[in-house]
Amino acid sequence: MNGNVIGCARVEMHVLDKTVERLEAEAVNSTKSRQPLYAPRKKIFPKRASGSFRRFKWLVMVITLGIYYLTPWLRWDRGPFAPDQAVLVDLASRRFYFFFIEIWPQEFYYVAGLLVMAGIGLFLITSTVGRAWCGYTCPQTVWVDLFLVVERAIEGDRNARMKLDAGPWTTRKLVLRVSKHAIWLVIAAATGGAWIFYFADAPTLIGEVFTGTAAPVAYITISVLTATTYTFGGLMREQVCTYMCPWPRIQAAMLDENSLTVTYNDWRGEPRSRHAKKVQAAGQLVGDCVDCNACVAVCPMGIDIRDGQQLECITCALCIDTCDSVMHKLGKERGLISYTTLSDYNANIAVATAGGSGPVNPSLVRTADGTFSDRLAHFHIRKTFRPRTFVYMGAWSAIGLALLYSLLTRERLEVNVLHDRNPQFVTLSDGSIRNGYTVKLLNMVPEPRTIVVAMQGLPGAEMSIVGIDLPAGRSFAIPAEPDRLKMLKVFVRQPANQVEGIVQTFKFRVEDKASFESDEYTATFNAPETAR
Amino acid sequence: MSSEHIDEVSGISTTGHEWDGIRELNNPLPRWWVTTFYITIVWAIGYTIAYPAWPMLTSATRGVLGYSSRNHVKNELAAAEAAKAKYVAAVESKTVSEIAADDALREFAVAAGGAAFRVNCVQCHGSGAQGSKGFPNLNDDDWLWGGKAEQIQQTITHGIRFASDPDTRVSEMPAFGDIITADQIAQVSTYVASLSGLVGDASLIEPGANVFAENCAACHGENAKGNKELGAPDLTDAIWLYGPGETAIAAQVRAPKHGVMPAWIGRLGETKVKELAVYIHSLGGGE
Repeated sequence: MNGNVIGCARVEMHVLDKTVERLEAEAVNSTKSRQPLYAPRKKIFPKRASGSFRRFKWLVMVITLGIYYLTPWLRWDRGPFAPDQAVLVDLASRRFYFFFIEIWPQEFYYVAGLLVMAGIGLFLITSTVGRAWCGYTCPQTVWVDLFLVVERAIEGDRNARMKLDAGPWTTRKLVLRVSKHAIWLVIAAATGGAWIFYFADAPTLIGEVFTGTAAPVAYITISVLTATTYTFGGLMREQVCTYMCPWPRIQAAMLDENSLTVTYNDWRGEPRSRHAKKVQAAGQLVGDCVDCNACVAVCPMGIDIRDGQQLECITCALCIDTCDSVMHKLGKERGLISYTTLSDYNANIAVATAGGSGPVNPSLVRTADGTFSDRLAHFHIRKTFRPRTFVYMGAWSAIGLALLYSLLTRERLEVNVLHDRNPQFVTLSDGSIRNGYTVKLLNMVPEPRTIVVAMQGLPGAEMSIVGIDLPAGRSFAIPAEPDRLKMLKVFVRQPANQVEGIVQTFKFRVEDKASFESDEYTATFNAPETAR
Repeated sequence: MSSEHIDEVSGISTTGHEWDGIRELNNPLPRWWVTTFYITIVWAIGYTIAYPAWPMLTSATRGVLGYSSRNHVKNELAAAEAAKAKYVAAVESKTVSEIAADDALREFAVAAGGAAFRVNCVQCHGSGAQGSKGFPNLNDDDWLWGGKAEQIQQTITHGIRFASDPDTRVSEMPAFGDIITADQIAQVSTYVASLSGLVGDASLIEPGANVFAENCAACHGENAKGNKELGAPDLTDAIWLYGPGETAIAAQVRAPKHGVMPAWIGRLGETKVKELAVYIHSLGGGE
């Protein structure tokens, strides 16, 4: 612990212009004070923010948590032969159910396609509105927000928490800490507990979990996810984003000069001053930033946004909210910190520095009556549409449409055929040649069907099916169980005088007479050269 | 160490080594690492008490949990046997025809019989049961001793010409080289070959038919269709255990070969034999 930290913990408030409180906040992870990597973590005590972005984040939190916790409980009627859980990953039977879609393992490319779409979607979002994934929807962000809600409710806001943390261990501190961690653990257990319901019938499983009769893997999963949620959300927080997560690096590479990022507009903020009126009276330049440190105090990542764009910044926009409210109180325009593109920022800094010829002069961005100069650049929605985003949108839509087309036209009846290789053929007593096949019928709908299996080609040949007590023929009606693979051992026999060569091809055709769905498989028929 | 070198930037002492001006800070190991290391030591001690570990003169310490990998395997095998028990019991109590008629039971018996076949039968009959010269192909529909599931079971149980089993299937074709003349052998061979459409010297067919009627029809039947009661092969079909054509037939008339198949009941037991019979019956030639 060095002096900075103790200074950080000291609580002092100055009243500035009688409207804005100044916070003694120092950015833990600021560029200036950045520690070598081998250093203990400094705790961050984010202050509560309020404003439109904070409201949006509450909304996103409610929606994402709602989706996560409630999805397994949605029901979807698929008839008597399939589970009625709307979203279910049935690993034991190797089926994945998603509302009206049922996926067999060999159709996993739909999931792969969705993941590719998610990746490209992330590129698109990042290149337009920056690290929105990190700031709003990432589970790490959402759960840390949730854990912070608990922390604030129990220990109070920033100053109270810092005081408690620096103070000695008293009964009160012990009670507060124990209750905070207990609630965190309950949330973590609920998080881990919700996960397992995606893999089994939720109403059944919840009973089993609480009566101790669920499978060991359920308890192991709950324990592991409880531990990770508690550790990541409660204890590690911003360190997960800064040190563990690869996304910040990847997402930063997706940004360009037209991507919106949370930016401190120093072209109007600098030179910052805590005593604007005095400085102004002394005839010196003064910018809009009153150095109240509110942006630092609310930052969950412990950075000072005024140092510029940084790796740690998850663009949660809470500094925008808090700075806007300060600007509002001071009667100045909002947007000292704002979502801005690098190109707009560069244009405006050029205005403020008269083309880079001097330090920032905030009077250059304003007209004589104090309003902003019309030479300033503003974000326009037009900038979202540029070749790069068109490519992303195009690729994203193309994959999406291809998946949709494939999904709507996919066959729910398939046939696969394996030709016996040992022996390849058998000569029978009347000289005719017999080949054996394993025919796999895939009835991929959750209802029983009667599938007609027929031969096409191979003149004179007839087939018989092991276990089906019918005379040999060229077509059989096979009852297929719902949502199952039916394996048939089929013998095809061709009279010797109709054998044409040592290899002939023919087709197995399967058809559901009710839905007219059909599939074909081209198989070979082998015969010895001596077939008479 | 003569003098401790302190890094100017960090104020931390270095290890004293230097590589091209690069020095290594003498930082302590991370606490979590050291803690984990000590935990592994404690764990190791506990492990060697709980599980077999310390080598002694003749064996190793047994460990207080009483674990052994042999028992582990034994338990797994017992569990596998228990899982099969339901089917094995059904196979024991039912006849082979009943087994073959029950889809689930047939599937089990075919899998179990196939495994037994690959261990005990492939040496003669081949891995695909396709046989070879002198060893019958079990896929086809030509059966010396009958192709019904029960008949196959009988053959496997008691074997063929297996002297030590009193119930074994026995047939022995005389060596006609000592009974009829070489000319007659040529005639009857041509006649028998002509029955399945193989063309020979047409002038030998009629005398051959006479030789056949006098010497062969008793076992092979007047129409040469054979007799499964006696194990006499059908001479009119396309399948020849010792090869098709007049030469191969003549050799078999002159001095017949007689294959031997062991009785398997003693070695495999009734259940395995039933499974094997169902498997053979399912290969496509079963009657």
